[in-house]
Amino acid sequence: MTRRRQGYDDIVVTTPVTVPYVRFSTKGAHWFIGRVVASLVNDAGIEKAAIDGLSLTSMSLLPDTAVGVTQHLGLTPRWLDHIPMGGVSGIVALRRAARAVQAGDAEIVACVAGDTNQIDSFRQGSANFSQFTRDAVYPYGAGGPNASFAFLTDYYMRTYGAKREDFGKLCVAQRTNALSFPYALFKTPLTLDGYMNARPIADPIHLYDCVMPCAGGEGFLVMHRTRAEALDLPYATILGTIERHNAFGEDVIQFRGGWAVDKDELYDMAGVAPDDVDFIETYDDYPVINVLQFEDLGFCGKGEGPAFIRANTFTNDGSFPTNTSGGQLSVGQAGAAGGLLGTVEGIRQLTGQALGVPVPEPKVGLVCGFGMINYDRGLCSGAVLFGAGKGTA
Amino acid sequence: MTEPLRRPKRKNPVLRTRMPTLPPVARGRVALGLTAAAAEGRFALQVCRDCATVQYPPREACVSCLSDLLDWTEQDGWGTLSAETVLRHSLETHFRERVPLRTGIVKLDAGPTAVVHIHGDCPPAPARVRVAAKLDRSGNAVLIALPEEDTPNMSDDRQLRELTADPKLRKVLVTDGKTRVGQAVVHALIDAGADIVWVGYAEPWKKAPGFEEIAELPQVTAVELDVTNPQSVKSVAGQIGAKVDILINNCEFHRTFGIADRYGTETARAEMDINYFGLMRLAQEFGPALRSRGADGQNNAVAWVNLLSVYALSNFPSQGTFSASKAAAYSLSQCLRAEMQPAGIRVINVFPGPIDEEWNQLLNPPLLAPEAVAGAIVKALRDGVEDVYPGPVAQDWLARWRDNPKVLEKELARE
Repeated sequence: MTRRRQGYDDIVVTTPVTVPYVRFSTKGAHWFIGRVVASLVNDAGIEKAAIDGLSLTSMSLLPDTAVGVTQHLGLTPRWLDHIPMGGVSGIVALRRAARAVQAGDAEIVACVAGDTNQIDSFRQGSANFSQFTRDAVYPYGAGGPNASFAFLTDYYMRTYGAKREDFGKLCVAQRTNALSFPYALFKTPLTLDGYMNARPIADPIHLYDCVMPCAGGEGFLVMHRTRAEALDLPYATILGTIERHNAFGEDVIQFRGGWAVDKDELYDMAGVAPDDVDFIETYDDYPVINVLQFEDLGFCGKGEGPAFIRANTFTNDGSFPTNTSGGQLSVGQAGAAGGLLGTVEGIRQLTGQALGVPVPEPKVGLVCGFGMINYDRGLCSGAVLFGAGKGTA
Repeated sequence: MTEPLRRPKRKNPVLRTRMPTLPPVARGRVALGLTAAAAEGRFALQVCRDCATVQYPPREACVSCLSDLLDWTEQDGWGTLSAETVLRHSLETHFRERVPLRTGIVKLDAGPTAVVHIHGDCPPAPARVRVAAKLDRSGNAVLIALPEEDTPNMSDDRQLRELTADPKLRKVLVTDGKTRVGQAVVHALIDAGADIVWVGYAEPWKKAPGFEEIAELPQVTAVELDVTNPQSVKSVAGQIGAKVDILINNCEFHRTFGIADRYGTETARAEMDINYFGLMRLAQEFGPALRSRGADGQNNAVAWVNLLSVYALSNFPSQGTFSASKAAAYSLSQCLRAEMQPAGIRVINVFPGPIDEEWNQLLNPPLLAPEAVAGAIVKALRDGVEDVYPGPVAQDWLARWRDNPKVLEKELARE
C-alpha cells in the first residue's frame, strides 16, 4: 500500500535575493554565497544567528562544501545540506528545507546558490563533470553540454517536426521578458531573424540556443507561515512538489523527463490543474528542454510542443508567460544559481515583488528544474507549484 | 562519398609548425578496459556474467542486477545511429583545430547507447552503422560509427584518419632493408600508398639478396644506417629525421642458444646492441623531430613501429639471449610509448612468432613468412592499433601467457 504524501501546509518561502550577475569575476564562490546570505539576513530583517538551517549548491566551491561555508561565514546551523544536482537544485533545496521546517528540525532555512566564473572555469567544469562524461562523452569533441543537447534537439526535431523557428519564438519572448529585468546580462532585443542567422555551434544548435555561463548568486528563505507573518515578510505557499532521477533510462534518446512520471501526483497534491497555472519558470539551458517541460507537465501532449508554441505567446503579458525574468537564456547561467533562478523569480511574481514586467495577478506559479547530463540525458527533474500567499502590503 | 587524399602542397618553411595537442586524456581505471581491447583492434564491452546485460559506459556494477562479475567481451558493433550533430565549436584546443566534427549517439544492437564519432560516409540519422573502437591521439579508446559496408577511400575520411597511422601519402623510414622482412615491408608500404620510403642498410660491404632491386624502386631512397654507431644514427636523423612520418625499426641481430651452449657474452652483447640499444639510439635521435611534427598538416608524423618477437613475453630457452634482448626492447618500447604520448605519436609493437629465416631453421612449422609480417605491420598502421601478434604461434603463446604465464614458462622449458 503506497502511503499518501504529506502536504506543505503552513510552510512558506520568502525573501527572494539575487546577487547581480557578471560574466567573469575575480571573486570566489564564497564571495557570492556570502553576499546572498548577507542580503537574505538584511532583507528579512533577522539576525544572522536566526538562520539555523543552510542548504547550499555551488559548482565552483571546491575544495569546500557547505561545511566549509559554515565556518567561513560564521553560521552554526542545526541542519545542513549540500546539493550537487545542477538545474534541479533549487527545487530539491526547497523540498528538503520545507520538510525540515515542517518537522521542526529547523526554523529558518536559507537556500543559497553562488558561483564564480573565471576564464577557464567552464572548460574545466565540463571536462570533469561526471565519470561517464569523462570516459564516454568529453573525448568526442569536448563540446560540453552543447553537443549533448544538440543530439536531443536533432532527435526531437526529426521525430516531432519542430522547426528552429519554434525554438526561436521562445528565445525571442524570453529576451523580451529580460529587457526589463535589471540583472539580465543580455540587454538588447532579439529578433527571430537574429536568432535564425546566429553562429552555428553544434547543428542544429546556434548561438542563441545557448546560455552564457557567468558568476552570480540566488537565494530564498523557507520558514513557517507564522514566522513569516511575525517578521512581516511577503510569502508564497507551497502547493505541491515532485522530484525524480534517472527516469526512462530505456529511451534511446531523451525525449521526456522525469516530470512525466510524477506529474499527476504534483497536480493532485496541489489540488489544481495545468489550466490554473498563471506562469511557468522552466529550466531553460536549451529551448528544447522548455518544450519537454511544456509536454511533460501537462500543458500539451507528447510531441505537440510545436503546435503549442505556435498557438501561444510567452511574454509576461502573453497567453502562457514563460521565464518571466528572461530565463537563463537571457539572464545568464551563474553556475548552480541557475537552478534557483526560477524559484526566486517565481517568489517575486507571486508576492508582487517582480523587478521587471509583472505577470497580471498570478495565483499559481509552476517552477521546474532539470539537469545533470551525467552521460547522454538529463538525469534530474523536479517541479514545484507555488501559490500566491501574502504579497507586499 | 569520401574524397581521396591528395598529396598536399609543399609546406611553407616560413610558417610556424603547428604544435601537437591531445584530445582529452583522462579516463577512469575501468574505462581503460575499452582502451586495452582497442589497442589490439577489438571493440569490447563489459557483459554481466549473471544476467548477460551489456554495459556502457564502463562501470563497476551491473546496471541491471548489480552484479560485479563483468567480463570484457568482444562486440560486433552493429547498431542504429539515432541522433547526431556537427560540432562547430569546442572547449578544447585539439578539437577547435579540427572542427567541423560529426558526432552522434548509436543505439547498439547489444543494448547500450554510445556517443561516437561518425564516418562521413554514414547516412544521416536514423541509419544502420558498425561501431568500431579505435585509439585516439592520446592513446585512449574512442568509438567511431562506420558505414554498413566499406566505401571507396574510406580510410581517407578526416575523422577516421586521425584515429589511425595510415601510411598513405606518408614518408616512412624502414631501418633495415637488407632482410627479407624489411624488403617485404617496403613493398607493402608502397602498395599502401606511401610517398617515400627510406631504407636503411648497415655493413655495405655485405651484399644482401634483393637489396639492389629494392633500392631502385622509385619511392625508395637507400640510406646507410648502422644502429650500433651513434654517429651514424645522428647523421641520418639530421638528414631525414624532420621528414619522417613513420619510423619502422626492424633492425635485428638474431642468434640461437641460451647461456650454457655458447661461452662468453659477445653474441648476447651484439644482440643487445642492436635489438635494445639500437632502439634507444634511434629513439634519442629521431624522437624529438617526430614528436614536434605530431600535428604538422595532413601527413603529420604519426607512428613508431618496433619489430619485437613473441619471445619477448616469455623466454624461449633455445634462443635464450635473443629472447632476453627482445624482452629488454619490449620494456624500453613501453617507455618510448609513454614519452611519445604527449605528441600523439603511436608506438606499435609487433610480436611475431618465429619467422621463416635462417636462424629458425631447426624450428618446426608453422613459421611466419616475411610477407605475413609485413602485412601485419602495414595493417597495424592502417588500423592504428598498438600491439600485434601475427601468426598462429604468436596467437597461441599470447593466449597461454595471458592464461597463466608461469604455466607457459614451464611448457617452454620442456621444449
